[in-house]
Amino acid sequence: MIDIQSVSKSFVTRDADPVRALNEVSLEIFDNEFFTLLGPSGCGKTTLLRLIAGFEAPSSGAIRIAGSDVAALPPQKRPVNTVFQSYALFPHMSVAENVAFGLEMQNAPKSLIDERVREALEMVRLEGFATRRPAQLSGGQQQRVAVARALAPKPSVLLLDEPLSALDLKLRKGMQSELKRLQRETGITFVLVTHDQEEALAMSDGIAVMRSGDVLQVGTPRDIYDNPQDRFVADFIGESNLLPGALLGRDPAKTIVVRPEHIVVSPASDDATGHARGAVSAITFLGSDTLYEIVLEEGARLQSRSRGRAALATGDRVVVDWARDVERELAN
Amino acid sequence: MNGAKPFDWRHTPGLSAYTALIFLFFYAPLLILVIYAFNSSRLVTVWAGFSFKWFVAVANNGSIRDAAFNSVIIAIVATIAATAIATAGALALERGRLRFGRSAATALIAMPLVVPEIVVAITTLIFFSGLGMHHGLINLMIAHTVFCIPFALLPIQARLRDMGGTLEEAGRDLYADEWRLFRRVTLPLLIPAISAGAIMAFVVSLDDFLISMMVSSAGSTTLPVYIYGMMRLGVTPEVNAISTILLAVSIVFVAAALLVGRRK
Repeated sequence: MIDIQSVSKSFVTRDADPVRALNEVSLEIFDNEFFTLLGPSGCGKTTLLRLIAGFEAPSSGAIRIAGSDVAALPPQKRPVNTVFQSYALFPHMSVAENVAFGLEMQNAPKSLIDERVREALEMVRLEGFATRRPAQLSGGQQQRVAVARALAPKPSVLLLDEPLSALDLKLRKGMQSELKRLQRETGITFVLVTHDQEEALAMSDGIAVMRSGDVLQVGTPRDIYDNPQDRFVADFIGESNLLPGALLGRDPAKTIVVRPEHIVVSPASDDATGHARGAVSAITFLGSDTLYEIVLEEGARLQSRSRGRAALATGDRVVVDWARDVERELAN
Repeated sequence: MNGAKPFDWRHTPGLSAYTALIFLFFYAPLLILVIYAFNSSRLVTVWAGFSFKWFVAVANNGSIRDAAFNSVIIAIVATIAATAIATAGALALERGRLRFGRSAATALIAMPLVVPEIVVAITTLIFFSGLGMHHGLINLMIAHTVFCIPFALLPIQARLRDMGGTLEEAGRDLYADEWRLFRRVTLPLLIPAISAGAIMAFVVSLDDFLISMMVSSAGSTTLPVYIYGMMRLGVTPEVNAISTILLAVSIVFVAAALLVGRRK
């Protein structure tokens, strides 16, 4: 659906050297996929989204949407709609006029526009709000109008630029499943930009993890969580213990990555075996789980997460162990 | 609760009296002018009872009517031309492709606001005579359009800057071509700023004296220039009356500009 081939983007600034926002990025996003560009701020994810939308032109490389090169096409000629971070609803138009805008600009007949506007507002559950102005809506409702407006012209691709970042936690969770449902119902390819790894894992079919203009890893959420290919990815996605190889008597050029939920902690006794020994330095109650913080004898710290209530106390001497197949060995 | 409170300038002793004095200083002369416009006496400084007769005299004075008509026509033409140019200019400065020199261009456009008006007036006069242009009202319209542009441009440019480009990006994203984007998104959002700019331009043109004085010729006298002419023969209550009318019109327009500008 979207084929991105070694795309680079540099921004010219007045005094400094050009800032390179994307380095030879290649990506393939498939039809009917919920794809997420994930990374910390400044990683180039929003730049990539703006290149797909056509608001910026790549410095080099090619972008194809549905097989055709869109390099020369301005935003209004691309079969792509965007949900902006700030929503960017037209304040001088009603909700219905906002949603109708894209279809009107495509010169769709009035009857079709009315039908699609009704459909789109139904999809986001805002049927009764057609005549309101954006300023009369809550943040969550404005967000849904922005989604309806972008979906009404039935684009091939919907781009979402940190759409949930302005919502509070509860609304955000609700909107996550709502967006997921909309993607399944419409069959439109969604490309989401976020810095929230939990959001990315919960919503996506595919994720690209980005940092400083590079795509570090592309895969399914499971794949990225279970098989991080890079220290940064391991650290950024979920919680990870990154242990120097030398500490465990392995290759010093490697880092051993183990998820806290895979670490088994048991009281130290003579017959207990494990990868390392240490002492419990802190215990955090997480409701259904307990988080132990352990200081190893060699000085490193690690975290272990286990189900149920605490069976150990702060200061207890412990042995930590994990199955070899859950750990990942990565280059430092 | 007693004892030393932290310093707060809002609680300076005598602040309200001092403020009242400043307002008195600002507005007492205007107030006196307006009051004596309703004086029935021929003498400007002696009150002899309330009367509208000087307003009637103004209304019946053909020369004042002609001058007022000139002023209004010039102001209308200059306002329309200056606002159209200012809108285009603001769009070019805030949305155009020029990458450098934007602030220099803005400063150049705003320059007439700080250049001494007498200098502008003299150069305009020299410019017109150098070109051999002696078209009376048309000369005045051109001169007024030029000095009205910065007044109209600044609010429009400020609005465009506040608005940011995202709404226009949203419009493009939703398949609007440049012309329809302007008509459906940018222009409606700019209307309050354009109206405020236009009203400012209108008032500035209507009140202008120095430039009009230099550029106007017989038959194309504007109202402020005519009033100045009357003053040279001595201050009559007629001057008070016409000044009051001019003042009222200016206040109405400036208030309208503020109200319209506040609406987002």
